[in-house]
Amino acid sequence: MILIQLFFEFFRAGLFAVGGGLATIPFLTDIGQRTHWFTNGDLANMIAVSESTPGPMGVNMATYVGFQTAGIPGSVIATVGLITPSVIVVLIVAAVLQKFRNNPTVEAVFYGLRPASTGLIASAGWSVVCISLLVPDWRLEGASLLLNLDVKWKCVLLAAVVYFFTHWKKTKSLHPVAWIALSAVVGVALGL
Amino acid sequence: MNLYLDLFLTFARCGVCTFGGGYAMLPILQREVVNSRHWATDEELTDYYAIGQCTPGVIAVNTATFVGTRLCGPLGGIVATLGVVFPSIVIITVIAAFLKNFADLPVVIHAFAGIRACVCVLIWNAVVKLKKSSVMDAPTLVLFLLTFLLSALWGVSPAIIVLIAGVTGLVVTNLKKGSVTK
Repeated sequence: MILIQLFFEFFRAGLFAVGGGLATIPFLTDIGQRTHWFTNGDLANMIAVSESTPGPMGVNMATYVGFQTAGIPGSVIATVGLITPSVIVVLIVAAVLQKFRNNPTVEAVFYGLRPASTGLIASAGWSVVCISLLVPDWRLEGASLLLNLDVKWKCVLLAAVVYFFTHWKKTKSLHPVAWIALSAVVGVALGL
Repeated sequence: MNLYLDLFLTFARCGVCTFGGGYAMLPILQREVVNSRHWATDEELTDYYAIGQCTPGVIAVNTATFVGTRLCGPLGGIVATLGVVFPSIVIITVIAAFLKNFADLPVVIHAFAGIRACVCVLIWNAVVKLKKSSVMDAPTLVLFLLTFLLSALWGVSPAIIVLIAGVTGLVVTNLKKGSVTK
């Protein structure tokens, strides 16, 4: 019974959370409050774990909540529930798109969508910069807004090194995951 | 190798290599799907991300479904999607079962500080690559910069930005055509 409920709760989150993994957080808060499957503190833990493990965050959170609630079947069911709506919607959109791929109107829309999509990806990259390299802390003191910038120099240096090697002729064809793995090792070695 | 199996394994690999959400998957996708297997072009990936912004669900999942469907129909879409979530299910279940305080372990914290620094660079490189096929003239440059500012500084919802950008693309293209025929 709880499995069916899990499926539909996550189906709903998957259906209404537009714009990626972080958009599922408010839905999870809501699920926690209504069902008492987990508290807000548990949720904070789940977000931390989802961020510290490979895989899309939304999927990680669904799996985590599902497991905490109903064991291994729960983790599978919650994840399947989360992805079902987007699979259905994308299958429909893909079919429509294939038909109208060369339609001038569709072309014109994509002409505008592509730079926006690239801009959003750049913005996501910027948010990673803000939590890992420069940690800006805005404070309101009296009438003036103060910015306290906490620059993580060791991380900036690591990023610079990675940038250099991903552009250097001899090493630029290495798989991105090699850089991720090496950076993890450097992170542990230097205690970043 | 069977194409479905290849789809499943490739996207499972993308799932394992992704740290920190759908956007972090982009560099991996460029490598696995565009460069190694030629299942899609950089341009198509940008399209999928744009559509993923305004369709419900996790962006990584949407992109997997798209590429899979393009390649071998709806079944391919489902197989690719199962591939991308499979590693998460295994890894998270193991962590949830055995490591109660996983996210607080010092080794995990330090490793992720390193990984995040690296992910910044990988996303930057991916954006530079994508800009070649998406930012080609003045209007698209303006759209790119505006999107970045609206999203990074004011936190405007991506879905709204994508809708406005689509309409802008339509208007600009028609204006251009108008000026050519005059």
